[in-house]
Amino acid sequence: MSVNITLLVVMAALFAAGIYLLLERSLTRVLLGLILLANGANILLLSTGGRAGVAPLYSEDIPAGDYSDPLPQALILTSIVISFAVTSFMLGIIYRSWVLGRRDEVQDDMEDRRVASQGSFDAEDDGDVPEETTEFTPLEEAEEAPGSQNAGIIDLPADPKEPR
Amino acid sequence: MLIVLIALFAVALVAPLIFRRLGRSAFYVLAAVPAAAFSWLIITFDQYTVEGQNLLEGQPNAPPSIVIQWIPGLTLELAFRMDALAAILSLLILGIGALVLFYCARYFKQDEPNIGPFGAQLLAFAGAMFGLVTANDMILLFIFWELTTVLSYLLIGYSRHRLAARRAALQALIVTTFGGLTMLVGMIMLGQTTGTYRISDIMAQSESLLSNGLVIDVAIGLILVGALTKSALVPFHFWLPGAMAAPTPVSAYLHAAAMVKAGIYLVARFAPGFADAASWTPMVMTLGLATMLVGGWRALRQHDLKLILAYGTVSQLGFLVMVVGLGGPGGALAGLGLLVAHGLFKATLFLVVGIIDHQAGTRDIRKLAGIRRTAPALAVIATVAAASMAGLPPLLGFVAKESVFEAFVHQAEVDPTPIGTILLVGIVAGSALTFAYSARFVWAGFACKGNEATPFKRVEKSFLFAPALLTVFTVGLGLWPAPLDSIIQPYVTLFEADGEESYLALWHGFTPALLLSVVTIAVGVLLFWFRATVELTQSKVPSVVDAERGYKYTIGTLDDVAVWITGRTQRGSLAFYLFVILTTAIITPLTAIVFFDAPVPDRWHYADSPAQVVAGVVIILGALAALRATKRFMAVLMVGVTGYGMALIFALQGAPDLALTQMLVETIVLVAFVLALRSLPARLWHREPGRYRLLRAVLGISFGLVMAAIAMSSMASRVASPVSLAYPTLAYDDGGGENIVNVILVDIRAWDTYGEISVLAIAATGIASLIFIRGRGDTRQRAEGVQSGTVDRGQEPIAEFGREAAALDLAKKFSSVSRDAWLVAGRTLAPERRSIIFEVITRLLFHSIIIFSVYLLLAGHNLPGGGFAGGLLAGLALTVRYLAGGRFELAEASPVSAGFLLGTGLATASLTAVVPVFLGGQILQSAILEFALPVFGDVKFVTSTIFDIGVYLVVVGLVLDVLRSLGSEIDERSEGGAGSGELDDMRAQQRQHTESGEGVAQ
Repeated sequence: MSVNITLLVVMAALFAAGIYLLLERSLTRVLLGLILLANGANILLLSTGGRAGVAPLYSEDIPAGDYSDPLPQALILTSIVISFAVTSFMLGIIYRSWVLGRRDEVQDDMEDRRVASQGSFDAEDDGDVPEETTEFTPLEEAEEAPGSQNAGIIDLPADPKEPR
Repeated sequence: MLIVLIALFAVALVAPLIFRRLGRSAFYVLAAVPAAAFSWLIITFDQYTVEGQNLLEGQPNAPPSIVIQWIPGLTLELAFRMDALAAILSLLILGIGALVLFYCARYFKQDEPNIGPFGAQLLAFAGAMFGLVTANDMILLFIFWELTTVLSYLLIGYSRHRLAARRAALQALIVTTFGGLTMLVGMIMLGQTTGTYRISDIMAQSESLLSNGLVIDVAIGLILVGALTKSALVPFHFWLPGAMAAPTPVSAYLHAAAMVKAGIYLVARFAPGFADAASWTPMVMTLGLATMLVGGWRALRQHDLKLILAYGTVSQLGFLVMVVGLGGPGGALAGLGLLVAHGLFKATLFLVVGIIDHQAGTRDIRKLAGIRRTAPALAVIATVAAASMAGLPPLLGFVAKESVFEAFVHQAEVDPTPIGTILLVGIVAGSALTFAYSARFVWAGFACKGNEATPFKRVEKSFLFAPALLTVFTVGLGLWPAPLDSIIQPYVTLFEADGEESYLALWHGFTPALLLSVVTIAVGVLLFWFRATVELTQSKVPSVVDAERGYKYTIGTLDDVAVWITGRTQRGSLAFYLFVILTTAIITPLTAIVFFDAPVPDRWHYADSPAQVVAGVVIILGALAALRATKRFMAVLMVGVTGYGMALIFALQGAPDLALTQMLVETIVLVAFVLALRSLPARLWHREPGRYRLLRAVLGISFGLVMAAIAMSSMASRVASPVSLAYPTLAYDDGGGENIVNVILVDIRAWDTYGEISVLAIAATGIASLIFIRGRGDTRQRAEGVQSGTVDRGQEPIAEFGREAAALDLAKKFSSVSRDAWLVAGRTLAPERRSIIFEVITRLLFHSIIIFSVYLLLAGHNLPGGGFAGGLLAGLALTVRYLAGGRFELAEASPVSAGFLLGTGLATASLTAVVPVFLGGQILQSAILEFALPVFGDVKFVTSTIFDIGVYLVVVGLVLDVLRSLGSEIDERSEGGAGSGELDDMRAQQRQHTESGEGVAQ
């Protein structure tokens, strides 16, 4: 099938601009980037339908090949409305992020950073186990009360990698 | 067979309820189930010991079997078969299971926490073991196998407040699951090579299978790994002593009688056919012997009675694997004999240890003394069981060990290599160690040792019942082994006879085996006599290879690698993730295009029309301007320009529906943007301008180019004519509509649309919950009680004089005129906010727009329009009402809530989807109804229009939710008027954040 250069160029430009905005820190620009990406994808779909044609409204005189391809159109229609829903949702998120943090920016996840810098020592897995020669220790003497996570860990050697 | 299995699991399911009623006595009820099954098994035992043990299902004289098809496509079936081997194991599982449950009723306290789940797990475990030994399908066997692993995890970890129990449970789980998965791989290899997973079929074909060579050798090797881990053989033996953190009844059942025997069972199951596989003898014999010696040696060093038994069990399991895996009739007989003997005496000994721990409060042999005096009956039971373990006549342990020696003597005679002799010597050495630790156990647990007697509570008779009964069997079967012999013999027939007739008996005459027994006992006595020296030597000899340390090291390395990888990949920066994803998305297709000769289009044209070029230029300019814009709304507007450009391109391409929808969406999106972002600063923030800018540009441009390349080559690859060529006639004849796009949406591909409107409903709810936080905020606000001119007042200062002030004066006069307003709630708006012209126009247009939207909806089947366009247009009408009259006007304009609209819309669409099924059609099938109406004349109605009405309602609901959330609710928040409690929360949060921000700034 014949390739439409104009549509191809427009699509490439929309994708490039979309990705550029998507990698920004400002949430608003990220959202605008998403919209541009959606537009680019719609053009891609449209161009797979081939040359422009008659509007796909059925008439007995028109041969099937003369219509503009209806299938990509249906897909694009779906895509437009979904993008609308997603855009509105993102707007809600932006507003929320602004209200809570006065930030219109994508934040780095500090928890992830913390995980990356910690050692692999885990008291549950690597701590020393006291030798037990009976099952009938009274509960108070047992190393920790059921349900509490930290009571028994206090006695164990602290993580050597941690300065505190 | 099935009834037993189902009964075990069913009672386990309801067990917690029984415990709630009866407390610990519920264990008696639970014990009754396996006890009844045991009796049933004894009564029907003749069926299982029939002659044709190796015959396939359905033949006369074959053991009873059940096959229920499960997933025929994957050759999965629920196949069970009860032959002699399965029956002997079942006797052990059910019999000891019943006794252990009985024993539990005295072992646990009345108010023990979590006792209900514990009982359920123990009984379910019996069920899983029973299923495991009767399963005749390898996959089914694997399922039961893993079920026992999971249940053993729960049972070992019963005292969850103990770190030792938790860790031991996890260790056992990891090791046995590793083995189980390895076994699964072996089973799949075996099953795929054979073409069946039915064990009896595979065993029947074993000879021809063995000629396959390597595949079968590897498969059998992998299956043996499963057996090795489950039965705690070297190098996986360390989990079993660790698992002693379990309550003692669990140890007695799982770690002596049942679960660890699963590995032995597997070896016994495959031995008749595959003992000649190349991987069999080295693995079974080497590891078996090593385990026997290591376990026995380590047992001599322990100070915890339970650990002595645990290492003893490890040793015995190695012994059992060797005997069962020997692969001849002698080994088979001796192996099963030893299996039964071991189950009886080891369970007894564990139960005895449990009683000692229960009554004395310790198992440490350095603290225990004089129990022989305080509990003579217990001492007798323990001594008899230990004597059976040591191999003393006239007990079952002796009988079994005699035949083991006989089998290995025979093996040594037949085997031309010295290996047979080495094995024999090893077994004698291992047995001597066994004698030594048995003696040590009795001495340590019961002797007076010159110390003061440990305080010991009196043992109840019911507590002693289970070990006593087991001891009766140990003695009884030792004196009269004929019944045991008769039930094992059918299994022995599976092996090729080698001329030596073997049978279990107390007295075989003066044979080499008897001599070996004497040697064993003599060496054992010596080892026990010099026990102090032995212990000292052990502590001096460093353990060369510590398997447990190896395990810890492996797990530790795994942890380190996991932390390292997590730290490198999870950087917490969204940009980093996107960068990685996008780079992959660029490089992968590019590689494919370059290396796999992607087709290049041979035909191309610049544009379909000059207008298209113009529209394209507009779009590109809009996108570029959006990139460069520094003001927020400028960027939004520029993106809007690309959107309208898209609409133009759609219109030129011959897609009126798309152009219409795109225009409507673009307009509503603009409004939504303004509403949501009005409280944000006008300038887009540039914290780090220029940073990574070039990288982003490169990434963006390459992505665009790669997409263009993909588009070109995919369009050039097209060979078939498009499927949509058939759609026009399909749409008109079957779908009853002229607008092909609309028929595709509501009929041909209605499932897509159904999914889409679900997404819309979810997104709408998401927006509402993001803004309203608690609930959807569907309660309706009425304009009635609101004072005129109060809403949205004084947001920005107005100069006292000048044009704006004059306009305000005029507006105030207008609002005080006492005649009907143009809009219902227009009066509520602050005077400076009102626009009379806007109100008048809204009044004139609103109803027309709504009617036109309904027209679009109904005509959409034949003309451009449809549910989406109609819904969006109605939404636009609501938007206009909101903009002209404020939030109370919107509330007045929408008599039903957004949630109701979404729900009704989805329900309508679902009903249209389902109703055809009840009328004998397919889901989402449409029908064309033609009838005449008085005014309209002949009407052609297609049922898919009802589906489109659902779509319409959902879209209106979505727009309404956007307006309500981003519009009304934010209005109310920013006004700071009559606020609800929730509003105050928000504001407090806000203030806090601002303050902290200011603090940082200072």
